[in-house]
Amino acid sequence: MILAIIENAFLSLIGSAIPASAVVMLAATGAMLGERVGVLNLGQEGLIGIGAVYSVIAVLSWGVESPWLAMLIGMIAAAAAGLIFAVCVVAFRASQVLVGLALALGGIGLSNQLGTNRNGTPIQTLFREVNPGGVLDDNDLVSAFLFHDPVVYLAYIGLPVVLWFVLFRTRHGMNMRAVGENPAAADAVGVSVTGWRIFYSVLGAALTGAGGAYMVLSFTPTWSPDIARGRGWVALAVVIFAGWRPGWAVAGALLYGSMISLDTTAQARGWGLPFMGASDLSFFLSMLPYVVTLVAILIPAGAVKLGRRVRSTAAPAALAIPYSREER
Amino acid sequence: MSWSEVHALVGENGAGKTTLCNILAGIYRADAGRVIVDGAERDFRSPAHAIDAGIGMVHQHFRLVEPMTVAENIHLGWPETPGVVSQRALNERAERFMGEMGLHVDPTARIWQLSVGEQQRVEILRVLARGARVLILDEPTAVLTAQEAEELFAVVRELAAGGLSVIFITHKLREVLAVSDRLTVLRHGVREITRPTEGATAGEIARLMTGEERVLHVEHRTVTGDPALEVRGVSALNDRGITALHDLDLTVRSGEIVGIAGVSGNGQTELAEVISALRGLESGSITVDGAEVASLSVRAVTDLGVGHIPEDRIGMGMVASAPVKDNAVLHSYWTPQFSRGLALNRQSVIDFAKRLVAEARVQTRSVFATAGQLSGGNQQRLVARREALVADRLLVAAHPTRGLDVNAAQEVRSTILDKRDSGCAVLLISDDLDEVLLMSDRIAVIYEGRIMGVFDAADADRERIGLLMGGHSITGAVA
Repeated sequence: MILAIIENAFLSLIGSAIPASAVVMLAATGAMLGERVGVLNLGQEGLIGIGAVYSVIAVLSWGVESPWLAMLIGMIAAAAAGLIFAVCVVAFRASQVLVGLALALGGIGLSNQLGTNRNGTPIQTLFREVNPGGVLDDNDLVSAFLFHDPVVYLAYIGLPVVLWFVLFRTRHGMNMRAVGENPAAADAVGVSVTGWRIFYSVLGAALTGAGGAYMVLSFTPTWSPDIARGRGWVALAVVIFAGWRPGWAVAGALLYGSMISLDTTAQARGWGLPFMGASDLSFFLSMLPYVVTLVAILIPAGAVKLGRRVRSTAAPAALAIPYSREER
Repeated sequence: MSWSEVHALVGENGAGKTTLCNILAGIYRADAGRVIVDGAERDFRSPAHAIDAGIGMVHQHFRLVEPMTVAENIHLGWPETPGVVSQRALNERAERFMGEMGLHVDPTARIWQLSVGEQQRVEILRVLARGARVLILDEPTAVLTAQEAEELFAVVRELAAGGLSVIFITHKLREVLAVSDRLTVLRHGVREITRPTEGATAGEIARLMTGEERVLHVEHRTVTGDPALEVRGVSALNDRGITALHDLDLTVRSGEIVGIAGVSGNGQTELAEVISALRGLESGSITVDGAEVASLSVRAVTDLGVGHIPEDRIGMGMVASAPVKDNAVLHSYWTPQFSRGLALNRQSVIDFAKRLVAEARVQTRSVFATAGQLSGGNQQRLVARREALVADRLLVAAHPTRGLDVNAAQEVRSTILDKRDSGCAVLLISDDLDEVLLMSDRIAVIYEGRIMGVFDAADADRERIGLLMGGHSITGAVA
């Protein structure tokens, strides 16, 4: 009996963690792409909102019938917002932190405004699970683990493999990393620092927008205000946790996604905290991703303090620093 | 210039050496004039154009990506790098190339693991890899140790023998004579002379560089009287926790310059820091006019009249991102001259900074420009003058002329001599023995944190000092 309850809880956790993490995964990959060339975009939360709301508009108002097309429209909208961000911080050298925060808050506000009349309207144009033959039923452990819609596979397998290959196995990726580590060095050998930074921060914004689109086209699947619910911030934490390595982002996204799912499950089931006398566990669980981030940052920092250099997990050296050729 | 030649480009800081080479390397564009390579006129709009024409430049500050390997750095931004690469393929390519060039660095090492000399070699390899036939080296020895510099000279000679042309920018006369076939002297952006190096003398080049013969004449003196600075039995640790100063004794009297001669890294940095109260003592005592320094804060030591021209002028001497005016009062802003309670008197700070800039001949757009925008020489002039004003009783000058051209160095030295003549005690730390011998009334030789001997300027013998600097103890030194 107890075993059955635990198994049931576990299944529902996994079942929701994997798609919940796909949103984080897409946004984290988007953020990582920009950060690898030295652009820190704190606006992930806003970009998820923009990506989501434009996909909703595409389906509900423009009558788009393909989830792929709806997602593409969400991505284009997020990319447009990303372009404004990139022009501000790369071309005009504005503070990445300030513009990023403005994008986060502005994006949430804009998407809530655009979504007002569409609150709670269910979306029918959905990504479908890949379930070959339809043999297995929904409550099966295997199906909880394996059978999801194609976006999940793209996010967890396709993207990290492609990004890893580009970054570490191509000339192009080598130059990309140089732009993020030492733009002066890249500039001296003829790599366009400005061009690459704008390009990859826009592409990154589009990926984050895809994360938002995925939320409304499969996960929720409806528009509700403040749709990202902190997943944008969690994505930024995942990038740090992963040490800017695409493969590790998968582990990070799953870990963080599970914490989000645990939170949702706890709320749904009314779990209380056995200590501190609290009847609601969810505030504690909402805090968890950030505590884990703190630890993830402190581990490499502590290792450096102990005299070990952990270069491979350090942030790109030029992250969030505007580049100008004239400076000494 | 012709092929297979090493051409030295000499001139003072700001004479236009680097600007000229930046035009050749496609970083700046010329307002007028032509660049002709192999008989064809070229117009470089970007570094890539210059590279196509076979001109490559190694900058004074390296343009390497620290966390990447040597092989990756060599292949960075290079169109001939294969589109898909593996670490192994890059290493093999790099090794093959190093073999062809006869220059070797471990291709798998990461840049931050390399010495400065090796990093420079990577820069040179990277330029050569792109088929450069004209190699421009911008003050290549500024960051090198003496031995690394010798190795670089050998490499340069070898490359020239292989048919390359090398432009060697420097303001060190000794290097010009040692390495170049021909030389060009620039002054205020105008060419003074181009001539074969053979037969040229250091004095002649220096005159052309500065436009006037300025030889500093220093009259040495023997001072008796009360010591301004007394260091007694001092031991101290360095940043890594290893003992850097061993039971060290030293006395500096008012109105004299005591020079510390020694190979860098033998405790000089730590000595300057303990005297300025920047570093704690393990044992011993340091007194300035009888006041125990170790028990005082850095500011209280400053208030005693102790000025410190630090070794690392950008890191310790100034705040690079702050305006010149704020840097001018960095060591005195709390005095009644500049502040009342919590409020800073802006106008008196600006007036003071303007006066300081004019007196020290610091070249800057305005006192509101940031200190980081000043050239190295001008930064040093600013710091030296500021500290000289602070120092009433004692001036600690660590490598005060390092990286300066002849003229700027003379000015800083004059400032220090003026302090001495006005009765201030001066402790001069320098790894340039010529400078120590020129400036000091007494010379103390330091080796592994111990004073090996103290000489009066009159009986200072270069060879004996040299031996002591190398740790060879000899009898007859006056302790």
